Amino acid sequence: MKSGIVSYGGYIPRYRIRPKDIGTVWGADGEAMGRGLNIRAKSVPGPDEDVITISVEAARACMAKVDIDPTEIGAIYVGSESHPYAVKPTATIVAEAIGSAPVLTAADFEFACKAGTAAIQTTMGLTLSKMMKYGLAIGSDTSQGAPGDALEYSASAGGAALLIGVDRVAAEIAHTVSYTTDTPDFWRREGQRYPSHGGRFTGEPAYFKHVSACAQLLFKRAGTTAEDYDYAVFHQPNGKFPVRAAKQLGFKEAQIDTGLCVREIGNSYSGAIMVGLCAILDEAEAGDRIFAVGYGSGAGSDGFDLTVTDEITKLRRDATPTIKELIADQEFLDYATYAKYRGKILMREA
Amino acid sequence: MRDVAVIGIGETEFGELWDRSFRDIGIEAGLKAIQDAKIRSEDIDAVYIGNMSAGKFIDQEHVSALVADYAGLADMHLPTVRVEGGGACGAIALLQARLAIASGMHDIVVVGGAEKMTDVGDVQAAEILSSTADQEWESVFGATFAGLYAMMARRHMYEFGTTREQLAAVAVKNHKNGALNPEAQFQKEITIETVLQAPRVAEPLGVFDCAPLSDGAAAVVLCEMQKARKFNDTPIRIAGSGQASDFLALHDRRDLTTLDATVIAGKRAFHEARLQPKDVQVAEVHDNFTISEILAIEDLRFIEKGKGGPATAEGLTALNGKVSVNTSGGLKARGQPVGATGVAQAVEIVRQLRGEAGKRQVVGARHGLTHTLGGTGATAVVHLFERGD
Repeated sequence: MKSGIVSYGGYIPRYRIRPKDIGTVWGADGEAMGRGLNIRAKSVPGPDEDVITISVEAARACMAKVDIDPTEIGAIYVGSESHPYAVKPTATIVAEAIGSAPVLTAADFEFACKAGTAAIQTTMGLTLSKMMKYGLAIGSDTSQGAPGDALEYSASAGGAALLIGVDRVAAEIAHTVSYTTDTPDFWRREGQRYPSHGGRFTGEPAYFKHVSACAQLLFKRAGTTAEDYDYAVFHQPNGKFPVRAAKQLGFKEAQIDTGLCVREIGNSYSGAIMVGLCAILDEAEAGDRIFAVGYGSGAGSDGFDLTVTDEITKLRRDATPTIKELIADQEFLDYATYAKYRGKILMREA
Repeated sequence: MRDVAVIGIGETEFGELWDRSFRDIGIEAGLKAIQDAKIRSEDIDAVYIGNMSAGKFIDQEHVSALVADYAGLADMHLPTVRVEGGGACGAIALLQARLAIASGMHDIVVVGGAEKMTDVGDVQAAEILSSTADQEWESVFGATFAGLYAMMARRHMYEFGTTREQLAAVAVKNHKNGALNPEAQFQKEITIETVLQAPRVAEPLGVFDCAPLSDGAAAVVLCEMQKARKFNDTPIRIAGSGQASDFLALHDRRDLTTLDATVIAGKRAFHEARLQPKDVQVAEVHDNFTISEILAIEDLRFIEKGKGGPATAEGLTALNGKVSVNTSGGLKARGQPVGATGVAQAVEIVRQLRGEAGKRQVVGARHGLTHTLGGTGATAVVHLFERGD
């Protein structure tokens, strides 16, 4: 018996801002910054959007593709580092919104950018053990980058929901492995508005070390090499890191192109790899193999070896916009409007 | 004054050594130098350490005793000295150690230089580096280190017609040399276009006009000349040393396109050594920015004032050119762990004079020079080395 993805759905806010327009405000060469990061634009949540609304949108898109009674979902976990409430779960609101409440367990997860993949692993365990029929794993963020900080050019918004179970599996997860260490490359303390990061330390000893080690473990566990996969997707903090990591692991551009959404929408943190995975599932065919390795600062990587099954054809993949369509549906903002939408303008108190 | 020679050299790789501490790298360089010198720890009379700002970079002061302790020398109760002098601290430590031997007080001294810079973020590191400029009259008003050197570059361009391409030629040359140095932080060649197209740091200086932040350590063993021959067939004699200071703040200086401290330190060193710039085949100069190397080769009189840019572009300072400058890759490509720099420069020159520089060996190198700056040139140190055989 194998657990896997029964259905999936993603959501990306339609607003965008270009690196150039961010750079202009800070006297920096935003265009060069964007080129360096391999990011053309980043998504921006609208004034009425947050991790809750994004998670609900993603969950609804996931449930719209499949005829499954939402009360059959036994667990909803939402991974994010921008939960609107410090205390009060996002997951309960999602559960109510999609009609899964009240007989289920729910919780919010946090592990920087890999809280969503941690939720996948948790729900895999719960469904494999028959504790429940389905679990909903969500990764979603409206990530924070301090104004003027390098992060501001990439920190974006988006999310995805994966329905995990052991029957009607559209993408079987044959193997999952994790690689975790205590590596302080990026953090935000309680009460702080913006995260801190270790600059270049976030690269080699953090992202690359964990992604590469986790990928190698996964190859070993699955008895595979890069050539065995049709698609590969990695956590994508920018458009440069995953491309380099993929190349080092032996993947070709054609394998990673579909899932590399960061170039058009920036880094949606907990949403990033899951949105990329959804983009792949939008076009994958039965028999396709997918290699996925996420990364969360702090630090750890979760790896998944997936095989698409015939069930994929039974999903109503056209019931909701594809990730490609969500990416194409865009409205560009200037920095002032972006600042307003992100709540960076100090308003008069009511 | 007694003659002093270098009988042992050692260095770590330079770069972002994330998983190595200040102690690790300091000890590695020191032990390598001691092994190279074939001395025993009982032979050591004193330890001198060049270190710019361990207090700010790793929150650790008193690094002289620390290094001796972790090198296993604590129970010898050696005198240990930490020298601070901005970017020149390693070169000053070398000079002070030389004087200690020349005076007859010591016979064998280990001189180390080390900096661990990547434990703090980029912004903090830049602020720490800027603290070697005038905090009250420069830094407080927003002048960054790169900004101050950029002003020198602009004035040089205005006075002498130096171009951005000529500045870029310094970085290209030093990366080419660095590609031949297995300990260098950057071992990759770059093109003029790469330098010109890089993001701007302070006009006209871009990212590739600036030396990187680095971790690294270097060490040399100095010995009284007579005794030196017992340990080493090719002791490298320190033929002359010169140190000079200048106004701390750039705006107080006589001239923006000449570092008087370099000119005077150079004159003092050449005078003592009874040598001329034309006698030098290989030089390691302080290229923390591309403009710095152009100023250095002019102020040390290797190249006529104002012609440093064209001379570099024409290859006069390339490997086996008129004078081979920064064969190690310099601060630009080998890396710039500040405290290590002055000592690492000496390590490279000794290697060249011994004929052990491998692919980057300067043919017929008999005399070598090191030039190290503190701040924006408020301190300059020049050492001249020659084969002692």
